[in-house]
Amino acid sequence: MKPEVILETRKLTMRFGGLTAVDDFNAKIYKGSIVGLIGPNGAGKTTCFNMISGFYAPSDGRVLFKGADITGTPPHEVCRAGVARTFQNIRLFGNGTVLQNVMVGCHVRQKTSWWQTVLYLPSNLKEEKAIAEKSRGLLKVFGLEHLAGEKAKSLPYGAQRRLEIARALATEPQFLLLDEPAAGMNPQETNELMGFIRDIREQFKLTILLIEHDMKVVMGVCEHMWVLDYGETIAEGPPESIKANPKVIEAYLGEEAIADA
Amino acid sequence: MMERKLKIISNIMATAVLAMFLWWAQTNLGAYHTQILNLIAVNIILALSLNLIYGFTGMFSLGHAGFMAIGAYTCSILIMTPAQKEMLFILQKAYPWVQEAGAPFVVAVVAGGLIAALVGLVVGAPLLRLGDDYLGIATLGFAEIIRVLANNIPRITNGALGFKGIPGYANIWWNFGWCLFALYFIVRIVNSNFGNTLMAIRDDEPAAKAMGINIFRYKLLSFTIGSFFAGIGGALLASLVSTIDPKMFLFTLTFNVLMIVVCGGLGSLTGSVLASIAITILLEWLRFVENPIFIGDFELKGIPGMRMVVFSLALLFIILFRREGLMGMREFRWEWLLGLFRKRGEVK
Ligand SMILES: Nc1ncnc2c1ncn2[C@@H]1O[C@H](COP(=O)(O)OP(=O)(O)O)[C@@H](O)[C@H]1O
Ligand SMILES: [Mg+2]
Repeated sequence: MKPEVILETRKLTMRFGGLTAVDDFNAKIYKGSIVGLIGPNGAGKTTCFNMISGFYAPSDGRVLFKGADITGTPPHEVCRAGVARTFQNIRLFGNGTVLQNVMVGCHVRQKTSWWQTVLYLPSNLKEEKAIAEKSRGLLKVFGLEHLAGEKAKSLPYGAQRRLEIARALATEPQFLLLDEPAAGMNPQETNELMGFIRDIREQFKLTILLIEHDMKVVMGVCEHMWVLDYGETIAEGPPESIKANPKVIEAYLGEEAIADA
Repeated sequence: MMERKLKIISNIMATAVLAMFLWWAQTNLGAYHTQILNLIAVNIILALSLNLIYGFTGMFSLGHAGFMAIGAYTCSILIMTPAQKEMLFILQKAYPWVQEAGAPFVVAVVAGGLIAALVGLVVGAPLLRLGDDYLGIATLGFAEIIRVLANNIPRITNGALGFKGIPGYANIWWNFGWCLFALYFIVRIVNSNFGNTLMAIRDDEPAAKAMGINIFRYKLLSFTIGSFFAGIGGALLASLVSTIDPKMFLFTLTFNVLMIVVCGGLGSLTGSVLASIAITILLEWLRFVENPIFIGDFELKGIPGMRMVVFSLALLFIILFRREGLMGMREFRWEWLLGLFRKRGEVK
């Protein structure tokens, strides 16, 4: 049986004035896989995420999720449909507690509404309690349960990264977009994170699209990847073929030259 | 975590203590001190509602005076007798429906809140799409439009003359009853997961969107609920002071509430309550700076409006040196009080 495509982009293009940030991006992502989107800084990776998650309306092209066209759907509806994301620069609800952050994620699946809270209805009390419990459970999976009452902005960097993923999972997604989850981590932490990403894929039955700037990081975890450079898809395929692709090497060499200078 | 039952009992007991205090106040305090108590209750309602909008949802709104005016005029028209209105509208006759309108006090207050909420919903829909700084200016403009309208639809509002002799139904029981209702309502909201989502919108809009929150809808909801209680506060105030006119609803009225909310702490309901009490009392007490002061034979003339200057300076100091206000974002909790007792117990 052929595996099912969960997300597909067709000719996805984003232009900012004269700049084409993403040009004709085509991808088919199979259910249950972990795939990567890599490329040097400014290649257009985050812009791709923003188009898929509804933050940008693409200048051209389509996004299909489970066969339905979600192009130009606002972010909150994309999330409701089952696509969750994290941000390259961590975006937590800084003044809320760690627990509250995850509970906010649960809200999209909450059935009772605010006036039921005011009326002190049992159905609402019960659901709020269930949400708090579910959130604690998620924190446990991420090793954050002892920090539940802390302010999110007071957490160390690594814990903030994990909290952001926990919060995304609280929305009960089928498809998870992670924007440079390993940024700012040392090699050992990065390795642990990649193992962890594999674990949550199993546990939560996810399909994961991962952005990474450093190619080496995702070689071990991704089954398939796309390489962007100046908005263009310069290569696509399994890690081994990407590693050997002269175009990719050139793009990254160029970047190293800039970094070394 | 403390058991919910114990919390409910604690809250009921606190309410009973307040009721006993009010009962005592009613028989033992003079008119002047009773009036201060009443003002405290109304200010708490106003501060809680602005804190919901600004402190918890992060919408910098300066429209409170406008919603208060709507509540005040609606309530006044409904509780004044037709005979009273006949006497008041001397320059131009009131519209028949204004002339005939009448309702019991509680209905009139609710109507004031509901119409304010409706207006909040209608003006909020376009305004809340604006960015923060623009929202402040736009809501300020809205409040000013309401004031100008009040001046220019004399057949409803009696124009610049306003209303006199509004029945003083707003006694200590009504005011504190409404105050407790507002407190209950807003505490329930803020402590629920809906409250968490408002806080999320305040802290990071893009992240809130990514969490599946329809931020426009939730902002509008928070703004409408805030407008409702601003209208309630305005309605009670009208009956409390018995005279209203458009000049009463100048920006200074919004400024007073804003000052209370900022001093108490944006995002702390406890702070709003405490600051309402403290600032209402201080504002009364500070009236002495507006009276002539004698130093020996030398007379310092009192300057009208001086206490507002003193208060503005105080606000400036708070913003400079303690931006998070009295309470920061902390709240009073029963556990916390109980914890104090427990610690004492351990020492012994
Ligand atoms: N909202 C925007 N307006 C204008 N230019 C943008 C915007 N977002 C991204 N860009 C530009 O698009 C290009 C790709 O950016 P981005 O997708 O963030 O790169 P990456 O995530 O691969 O580092 C950059 O040149 C960036 O400056
Ligand atoms: Mg990026």
